[in-house]
Amino acid sequence: MYHAILFLPLIACIVAGFFGRWIGDRSAQLVTSGAVVTSALLSVMAFNQVALGHEPLVVPLFDWIVSGDFAVSWAIRVDTLTAVMLIVVNGVSALVHIYSIGYMSHDPCIPRFQAYLSLFTFAMLVLVTADNFLQLFFGWEGVGLASYLLIGFWYHKPSANAAAIKAFLVNRVGDFGFTIGIAAIFFVFGTLSYEEVFAAAPDQVGKNFEFLGFQLDVLTTICIFLFIGAMGKSAQMGLHTWLPDAMEGPTPVSALIHAATMVTAGVFMLVRCSPLFEYSPTALTVVAFVGASTAFFAATIGLVQNDIKRVIAYSTCSQLGYMFFAIGVSAYGAAMFHLFTHAFFKALLFLGAGSVIHAMSDEQDMRNMGGIYKFIPLTYILMWIGSLALAGVPFFSGYYSKDMIIEAAFAADTGIGQYAFVMGVAAALMTAFYSWRLLFMTFHGVSRASEEVLSHVHEAPKVMTVPLIFLAIGAIGAGFVFSGDFIGDGRSDFWGDAILVLGDHDIIEAAHHVPLWVKILPVLMGATGIALAWLFYIRRPSFPIAIANSNRKIYLFLLNKWYFDELYEMILVRPAKRLGYALWKIGDGRIIDGFGPDGLSNAVQEISRRVVRLQSGFVYHYAFAMLIGVAALASWFIAGGGGH
Amino acid sequence: MSNWPLLSIITFLPAVGALFIMMTRGDAQTIKHNARAVALWTTFITFGLSLMLWDGFDRTTADFQFVEFSPWIGETIGYRMGVDGISVLFVLLTTLLMPICILASWDTIDKQIKEYMIAFLLLETFMIGVFCALDLILFYLFFEAGLIPMFLIIGIWGGKRRIYSAFKFFLFTLLGSVLMLLAMLAMYTQSGTTEIPALMQQAFDPGLQKWLWLAFFASFAVKMPMWPVHTWLPDAHVEAPTAGSVILAGVLLKMGGYGFLRFSLPMFPMASEFFAPLVFGLSIVAVIYTSLVALMQDDMKKLIAYSSVAHMGFVTIGIFTFNTQGIEGGIFQMLSHGIVAAALFLCVGVVYDRMHTRLIARYGGLVNRMPMYAFTFMVFILAGVGLPATSGFVGEFLTIVGAYQANTWVAFLMATGLVLGAAYSLWLYRRVIFGELTKPELKEILDLSPREILIFAPLVLLTLSFGVYPGPVLEIMHVSVDNLIAQHQAALAAFSEVSSKPIEGVQTVVQGLSQSRGKI
Repeated sequence: MYHAILFLPLIACIVAGFFGRWIGDRSAQLVTSGAVVTSALLSVMAFNQVALGHEPLVVPLFDWIVSGDFAVSWAIRVDTLTAVMLIVVNGVSALVHIYSIGYMSHDPCIPRFQAYLSLFTFAMLVLVTADNFLQLFFGWEGVGLASYLLIGFWYHKPSANAAAIKAFLVNRVGDFGFTIGIAAIFFVFGTLSYEEVFAAAPDQVGKNFEFLGFQLDVLTTICIFLFIGAMGKSAQMGLHTWLPDAMEGPTPVSALIHAATMVTAGVFMLVRCSPLFEYSPTALTVVAFVGASTAFFAATIGLVQNDIKRVIAYSTCSQLGYMFFAIGVSAYGAAMFHLFTHAFFKALLFLGAGSVIHAMSDEQDMRNMGGIYKFIPLTYILMWIGSLALAGVPFFSGYYSKDMIIEAAFAADTGIGQYAFVMGVAAALMTAFYSWRLLFMTFHGVSRASEEVLSHVHEAPKVMTVPLIFLAIGAIGAGFVFSGDFIGDGRSDFWGDAILVLGDHDIIEAAHHVPLWVKILPVLMGATGIALAWLFYIRRPSFPIAIANSNRKIYLFLLNKWYFDELYEMILVRPAKRLGYALWKIGDGRIIDGFGPDGLSNAVQEISRRVVRLQSGFVYHYAFAMLIGVAALASWFIAGGGGH
Repeated sequence: MSNWPLLSIITFLPAVGALFIMMTRGDAQTIKHNARAVALWTTFITFGLSLMLWDGFDRTTADFQFVEFSPWIGETIGYRMGVDGISVLFVLLTTLLMPICILASWDTIDKQIKEYMIAFLLLETFMIGVFCALDLILFYLFFEAGLIPMFLIIGIWGGKRRIYSAFKFFLFTLLGSVLMLLAMLAMYTQSGTTEIPALMQQAFDPGLQKWLWLAFFASFAVKMPMWPVHTWLPDAHVEAPTAGSVILAGVLLKMGGYGFLRFSLPMFPMASEFFAPLVFGLSIVAVIYTSLVALMQDDMKKLIAYSSVAHMGFVTIGIFTFNTQGIEGGIFQMLSHGIVAAALFLCVGVVYDRMHTRLIARYGGLVNRMPMYAFTFMVFILAGVGLPATSGFVGEFLTIVGAYQANTWVAFLMATGLVLGAAYSLWLYRRVIFGELTKPELKEILDLSPREILIFAPLVLLTLSFGVYPGPVLEIMHVSVDNLIAQHQAALAAFSEVSSKPIEGVQTVVQGLSQSRGKI
């Protein structure tokens, strides 16, 4: 069964990718969707068996790299953490596969698209079922590749190509950290197997090692480097710039990869490494700081964006920040819970947005939308459900997970916890505001679209709406149904050994006993945000413009995304190109060749021209003759035993 | 059958093939046809025979196998051949790439095809000879003789600036060769033997070791090539015909790395240890410097040539970490690069044959007309980037793990190559393959022909299968590498015992002095 879960998507990818041209579009869709749906159903069984039945297991496959003590095998490891991810990955992936049948119906490259989706699913499954760091890295790079291919799916668009490369490169910066982290783990522990590393972690507490000439704490250093990897994949502040650009990809891709699954790989990795992070308070503090800052920073940008997908993208970035600061205060269960619920409602929002874009003839700018709720009522309702869940309105799934995270930050009772709490609450306000800004700008008010576009607005076909309804059910119910297991009283049974929380770090327990105002505050913030959005975009549509005009600088700062792209262009991209050019022309050309072969040959030619005119003048003819002579002489010398 | 001189057969069979081609007579068409057919069959049979090496190789011993000996020149210089777990892999790499080279030259070489095939077959003999030779002089002969056909291939069948490139290639290599020859003489006078296995056991004086090491280094560093003696490589690649580039990148560059493993490490352990920081420094510069330079190239072949220098930087770092992961990673990286870089040059060859330009700006949007080509190119670009599931990853990752154990700074700096490598590779791919197909001259370009598919299929399969299951390759080198490291450490230990004595002596003197001072 576990083999099937893992390999069905791979087989489907190969079939659709290599034989798509022969078997046709429809067969390619059926094969890939069928395989992933089957895999998803099996995942439910696995979840029952492993997570609810408490029977974690490891299925070894075969050796991968063996070099001296460095021995790594392929294996399928399924514990509760993996089982949760299997549900998320396969569940969302299956729905996205089906949705794509409708969404991509006019595209000329359907088999290729479906094959990429299945390839992504396979890589993500390898990632979550890894039982060692190297296999994790394999999946990690695999999803990166699939993401690169899918962002650049429409390869005729220069912007899509640029976004694809950017995504790959920014992720590579993270991978750089990850690689160093893995090398350090092998150096310290002599193995990359989770089990052995985690078992040996307590012995390393308080120990130092030499790194880049400094004496650094072993576990903190390793954890920070792993976190750099996670920052890249999960688009945390500093390494987030690729995520908004990644919206160049088709919308189902944004839903699957850039909202529900791949970007949460960093969260998954850190939770998986809880047995390391628990022993490094410093690393946890860093994680909490970066996470909280990202939650806030991304939300501020989300406030002013006009592209419907970019708003949701920044929202994703911000929600990932929540997950990270939850990890930072040791509330791993809460982070995973938010990952779980977020997958449903964010995929719902993206696919809903896709449905809108589809209806609006590929329009993505919300300034050209408005007033279309009566044409696409089902999408409208589903978008409301997604937004309610995202804003954490009571009894929708986001309410359970996000409130728990904010409460956990408060309950941590540390400086960084307070910082995260304040940032989290502020971000909650903004989240509600931009979600309803999106709803109002898209669906309400007077339409700003052209007559031509409006006449075509239509509800999506069933193949697209049915997956949305499934996601909506998750967005409504996932929180309520599973909160007991993920973060409630059943949590220690549920997680088993998959998550390690040290005795005095049991933040989730503490979070259940925070003062009432802390529990109410996020909900209040959500309500305020919705009310403000209503005021700004329904009641007084002139407000936002007036505010933007009176605070021009702040508005531009947010609109231009805090100028991160410009900054990187200035301090990294352009200098690298200039340096490369200089090294080539000056370093190689003028210095090495100038003083080396070219200089020598000029000198030789000059001399030979002056001295003799009989010879052919090619320096290498002489050189060659000389060499043969010397070699012959040497052979004769040795052959004759001249040395003795 | 086990008494067959298998290595000699593999080594000299191509030369016999060359002889056959030389004897072909008839009109131009017949000669052309026969030369190609003979070359292909010869290289193919050679490859088949070399598989017997793979099959019959005993993976449990570090000794040289398939050993042959016959007296040759005088009493000392013998014809000694043999392979261990390191060299056998390079023999296989060579024999694998040769039929591919012949196929790649099938239609593209028009002039003097007879001579061309002869040059290639002789080159194969010399290259295999380098990896099999167990005698210093024999090694040197093969090592230098290989230059001649390569020199001719660039000089005769090359592009516009072929003379300049051939000359540059020669000047650089010459410098190293002369020094290496001198060092070989010195080694002989010291030890009285030219037998490589014996020399590997010889403990040279540490002072002398440094000089010998430097002399060998001069030769191998140029071959690798290491920064700053790398500038011949881009020029040589740009001017060489496709198959020439394939052999240059696939096999000739590996002779440097092989040389380090066969000579520098086992014969001059002290000096290797002493100079390791120098190698690390140069290699790191190579990784970062050439990656940046590669980023700005407008010629596809030059770009791949510069990327080769960066990849070889990983290899040299790996070799001089003196630990299992580093060395095995370095060897694996060489083999992987042998396949991947060769394939990348073949990829450039495919479009060069069609459009007769290597300038990146002249392409764009090829995926629209050439989906199979786009896929193939993608596989090798990703292998070059070192993506897991390709062979490139295994070598790169192992060398980083090895380097980390040796020196964290080295690992840290070389890992920046991961980012830079992705930058130039993906940017190249995007400019050539993606985008709209707007250039009118590209509108009719054709996808891979059956012959080209035949060339690429084995390379794609090997790249992917060694990425997922590198076991067979790593297994064959394990014992030899372990042995290499064990001997290296033993030599270091032996030296520190010796050298600790004078220090003791000094201490007694110091003690004596202090005592006498106490008396005063």
